[in-house]
Amino acid sequence: MKYQRFSILGLICTLLTVVMAIAWIFPVYWIVATSLKGETETIATPPTFVPWPPNFEAFIYVIQNSPIFRWYLNTIVVSVSVTFFTILFSLMCAYALSRLEFKGKRLIYWSLLIGFMLPFGALVIPLFMLMNKLNLVNSYLGVILPQIATPLAVIVFKQFFDEVPRDFHDAARIDGASERKILFSIFLPMNWSITWAMSIVTFIATWNNFLWPLIITNSTTMLTIPVGMTQVQSAYGIAFAKTSAIAVLASIPTAAAYLIFQKRVTQGVTAAAGLK
Amino acid sequence: MPQTERHASLSKHRKGWRIAWFFVTPFLFFYGLFLIYPAFQVAYLSLTNADIAGQGKFIGFANYLELAHDQDFWGSVWHTLYFIVLTVVPNTAVGFFFALLVVRLRLLRLLVLSAFFLPYVLPVSVVTTAALWLLDANFGVINYLIGSTAAWFADPNWAMPGVAVVTIWWTVGFNMLLFVAGLQNISSELYEAAALDGASALQRFLFITCPLIWPVTSLVLILQLILQFKIFDQVYLLTLGGPYNSTSVVLFYMYRLAFQLNRGGYAATVAIVLVAVIIVGSVVQFRLLNVRRK
Repeated sequence: MKYQRFSILGLICTLLTVVMAIAWIFPVYWIVATSLKGETETIATPPTFVPWPPNFEAFIYVIQNSPIFRWYLNTIVVSVSVTFFTILFSLMCAYALSRLEFKGKRLIYWSLLIGFMLPFGALVIPLFMLMNKLNLVNSYLGVILPQIATPLAVIVFKQFFDEVPRDFHDAARIDGASERKILFSIFLPMNWSITWAMSIVTFIATWNNFLWPLIITNSTTMLTIPVGMTQVQSAYGIAFAKTSAIAVLASIPTAAAYLIFQKRVTQGVTAAAGLK
Repeated sequence: MPQTERHASLSKHRKGWRIAWFFVTPFLFFYGLFLIYPAFQVAYLSLTNADIAGQGKFIGFANYLELAHDQDFWGSVWHTLYFIVLTVVPNTAVGFFFALLVVRLRLLRLLVLSAFFLPYVLPVSVVTTAALWLLDANFGVINYLIGSTAAWFADPNWAMPGVAVVTIWWTVGFNMLLFVAGLQNISSELYEAAALDGASALQRFLFITCPLIWPVTSLVLILQLILQFKIFDQVYLLTLGGPYNSTSVVLFYMYRLAFQLNRGGYAATVAIVLVAVIIVGSVVQFRLLNVRRK
């Protein structure tokens, strides 16, 4: 049993921490609060800090007058497909790199490390030209395909697979299990938490991706939420309640994913940075 | 007998080879087509005068010569470096500070950690919407609270620091998480032993925490350096490179050249410079990680 002595200094420290945390999260609160005000109330001086009773006009307006549901659908289609295929292909590739012997293995691993260094932002010009040639500009496939090939997940999964004891693998092989079965019914369940962690982190990152959807989509109906909401803002002009309402709607999925799967997000983020 | 044995092992080997490629091909297909091929393509484009549709002819190193004398390009390099100075060390320091605050908490720990980390999972356009609203010159709550009328993102002196502050608010949670993970790895026995020997809290911090957290600190610093060099989104959304180009950073300049001025080849030259710098940074990062593992 550990016994913590009560100390004034510790209490002050804790209080300061809480004050800073509240100040840090205040902008998030402020966006939520603004979204629940009427347009005239948003620019009142002094500002209302607690909008009560809440006014849902801004939300109703945004839902009725913008393609927000279409953007939600687009963003879900993109994020779910990117996450699913990234994780599936990365698991498979990582398993082969970790457990199978074949020609070209070292070359693949080294090319992954080099690919990991290439900044996506610097490749958007040839990627756009390629998509143009494939006739995929402004399509789901155009948004999705280039986001699938991230070497990071492969590198992380390989590190975890390398730590699975050889005996498991050998025993399964002697029992006659196929490699596919070994991966999906032994390795995957054993590494379920990191797989789940990487899935959530990939989902959040894809949902929030801005640069690529900005470049590859050009019609209002194909935008993802992070790009679409900026268009609404320029169309509304100064309308703080409405822009805040759309910002709230755009953030709900990722904020919820984080708050529900906090432990997994933490694990995914630290693993992706190379610290396990 | 040996004949069949050899045959069996050969076919097993061949089968193993086929299975291995079954596993790696889906990934490699996307990886090759959408990462490796564009990387070679961007290098080739930098030697052409292609437009954004890819039409153009080979012009050798003319783009590089032009780049060397391009005031706007050097301006964007300068702005990027300024942004790096404003973010890399402060973002690391604030992350470390928050991690120190968080690890000593028990009951409130998860709540406080979430408050510091939550902005990181928000879409960048939500972050900039919040920033533009809170820092609005006339109706922004921050100007109201501090009694100022500053137009943060419209003032060439304040625009870049403004972008930096927004970036730190958005991303510091990531650094904090890495520091929290690092601090948890420091054995509490060390602190107890030092306390028994009469070391003060400050001494414990300076002689135990600081040296033992240094591997994480160096990793965070280099990650930040690589990341901030690639800044684009915040500038695009907050200032569009303005006012008077004061926030036009390298990637933003590349974007403008390619997608607004239709100069794909020349923009690719800018991209090559970016790639070169980032590869150097990443090599340093790998070395740091490997030092850690050994």
